[in-house]
Amino acid sequence: MELVYAICVGFMSTCGIFLMLRGHTFTLVIGLTLLSYAVNLFLFASGGLTIGAPAVLSSSENHADPLPQALVLTAIVIGFAMTAFAVILAMRGRADLGSDHVDGIEPFDPLAEDKS
Amino acid sequence: MSLFDHLVIFPVLIPFFVAVALLFPGLSNSLRKQRAVSITANILMVVVAFSLLFKVEAQGIQVYALGDWSAPFGIVLVADLFSVLMVCLSAILGLAVTMYATAGEDKTGAFFHTLIMFQLMGINGAFLTGDAFNLFVFFEVLLIASYSLMIHGGGKQRTQANIHYVFLNLIGSSLFLFALGTLYGTLGTLNFADMADRIPLLSNNELLIAKSGALLLLAVFGLKAAMLPLHFWLPKAYSSTSTPVAALFAIMTKVGIYSIWRVHGVIFGDQAGELANIALPWLWPIALLTIVVGSIAVLASKSLRILCSNLVIVSVGTLLVTISLNTVQATSAGIYYLIHSTIACAAMFLLAGLIKEQRGQAEDRFVAARAMPQAGVLGFIFALLAIALIGMPPLSGFVGKALILQSVTEASQALWVFPLVLIGGLIAMIALSRAGTSLFWKNTGEKTSALKGHPMQYIAIGLLVAILPLMVIFGGTVNDYTQLAAEQLKAGLSLQQLNEVAK
Repeated sequence: MELVYAICVGFMSTCGIFLMLRGHTFTLVIGLTLLSYAVNLFLFASGGLTIGAPAVLSSSENHADPLPQALVLTAIVIGFAMTAFAVILAMRGRADLGSDHVDGIEPFDPLAEDKS
Repeated sequence: MSLFDHLVIFPVLIPFFVAVALLFPGLSNSLRKQRAVSITANILMVVVAFSLLFKVEAQGIQVYALGDWSAPFGIVLVADLFSVLMVCLSAILGLAVTMYATAGEDKTGAFFHTLIMFQLMGINGAFLTGDAFNLFVFFEVLLIASYSLMIHGGGKQRTQANIHYVFLNLIGSSLFLFALGTLYGTLGTLNFADMADRIPLLSNNELLIAKSGALLLLAVFGLKAAMLPLHFWLPKAYSSTSTPVAALFAIMTKVGIYSIWRVHGVIFGDQAGELANIALPWLWPIALLTIVVGSIAVLASKSLRILCSNLVIVSVGTLLVTISLNTVQATSAGIYYLIHSTIACAAMFLLAGLIKEQRGQAEDRFVAARAMPQAGVLGFIFALLAIALIGMPPLSGFVGKALILQSVTEASQALWVFPLVLIGGLIAMIALSRAGTSLFWKNTGEKTSALKGHPMQYIAIGLLVAILPLMVIFGGTVNDYTQLAAEQLKAGLSLQQLNEVAK
C-alpha cells in the first residue's frame, strides 16, 4: 500500500510541477491544484498509514494518528481559498494585460514557425 | 484569571475583531468612522504590545496555551523578549501605515483598513506562535491579506507584479506543507520546543529525512525573506504597490528572517545533535551573495521605490550574515539592525510616496521634473533617512552596522563581512546621493500644480523617523535588551520549561 501511495503522491507532484513550469496562468492554477492534492495526501501519510483504525484514542487498541488528519483538513481549507483567489487573479490578469502569460506578454519564441 | 493574563493573545485578537467589525454596515459604509476605528485600534495595539514587552521583561517568558491544552497536544503562543519586540515593531509600523493611508490611499478601493488589520493579525501571530503548523496558518493569513493589499487600487502594473508574487508564494506554501509533513513524519510533533527536544534523539535513518525537511523549510522562509536566489519577485512587487502597503511590507521579509532564526538558528541550532546548524553552510555564502547582488541592483535602480526595495534586499543579506555568524553577540547585533532597517526602509517607502505625488508625471524616477512644492521638508527627511540607510553616524544605521562588525570575531569571517558590509554602505551612499540630486535639484523650471502633502502623512513619517535617533540616544538600553533577547533565543526552550512556565 505504501508503494502505491508514494507513487501516487510522486506522480501528482511531477504533473503539478510540470504544469507550473509552463508559464501560463491557466496551467499554473491546474498545476498548483495538483500539487496541493499531492501535498494533502503527503501530509495525511506523515502520521503513518493504517487501515481500519479509528482516529480516536481508547476506542480500540489500534488507532490512527489524528493530528495529520486535522492538519490536512486545515490545509485543504486554506488551499481552497488560495485557489479561488488565484483563479480570480488569473482572470483579472487576462483582462488587464490581455494575455494569460505570467509576465503579461508572450515571450519571443525563436522556434515558433513564422506565420507572416 | 484576570484579563491581564490573556495579554499574550491580544495582539492577534484585537486586529481580528477590529477587522471583522469594520465589515459591518455601521462602519463599512463610512470611511471616516473606519479611519477613526482603525487608528484607535492601532494605538491600542501599540499600548498592548508595549505592556506585553514590559510584562515579559519583568516576569520572563510568557506561554499561553490556547484553550488550556498543554503543550505538545495543544497550540501554544510563546512571548519571549525577541518575539514581543517584533510585535512592538509591527504595531508601530501598523500605526504609521494606517495614519499615512488615511490621507487618501485608503479611498482607492474597498476594505483597505480591514485588510491591514488581517495583515497585522497574521504578522503578530507568526511572531508569537510556538507551533510549526500554526506558523503556517499565520503565514497564510498574512499572505492572503498581502495578496489583496498588493493589488489594492488596481492598475496593470500591480496586477502583473501581483501574479508573480501570488503564484510564487502559493508554491512556497505547498513546499511549506511538504516540509511540515516530512518533519512530522520523523519527529512526531510540530511544537517548536518539543521538536528541539526530539531532534538529538533521531535514529540514523531518520536523520536524512529530517534534514531534507529542515532545508525545505529554509527555502520557504528564504522565499519570504527574499534571500538569493529567491529575491527576484521583491523589487517589482514592492515598487508597484501602493505606498502604505509597501511600507508595511518592509516587515514581511523580516517575518521570514525571524522564522529562519527560530527554526534554523535554535531548533536546528547548536543543541540539535547530529543535525546541529545544518543550515549554516548554506546561509553563509547565500548571505554574502545577497549583499553583493542587492548592492549591484541598488546601483542600477531607476526610481526611488526600486532603490529602496533593493536596499531591503541588502538588509536581508546583512541580517542573514548575523544569523550565520551564530553567536549571541551577532544575534543581538542582528536584532538591533533588524529594528533599524525595518523602520528606516518603511519610512523611506512612505517618503517615496510623498515625492511621487508631488512630482507629477515623473513620479519617483530619477529624471528632471517640476520642482516639488515641499522640496525643503522632503529633502530634509530624505537626507536623514539616507544617513540612516547608509549607516553613517549619528543615526541608528551606524550603530547597527558597528555592532554587527564588532560581533565578527574570526579573522576568516571578518575578511568577508567587513569589505562587503562597508562597500555595501558605500554603494548605498553613491546611489542615494545620486537619487537625492536628481530628485531634488534637477528641475525643469516649470510651475508645479501638485498638491502639498497631507499633515497626517508627515506625522506618519515623523513617527518612524523619530525612532531612529531614539535608538541611538537610548542605544545602551536597546542594546541591553537585544543582548538579553539574543541570549534567551539562543538558550532555546525545552518542552519541560515551556510547560512549567505555562502553569
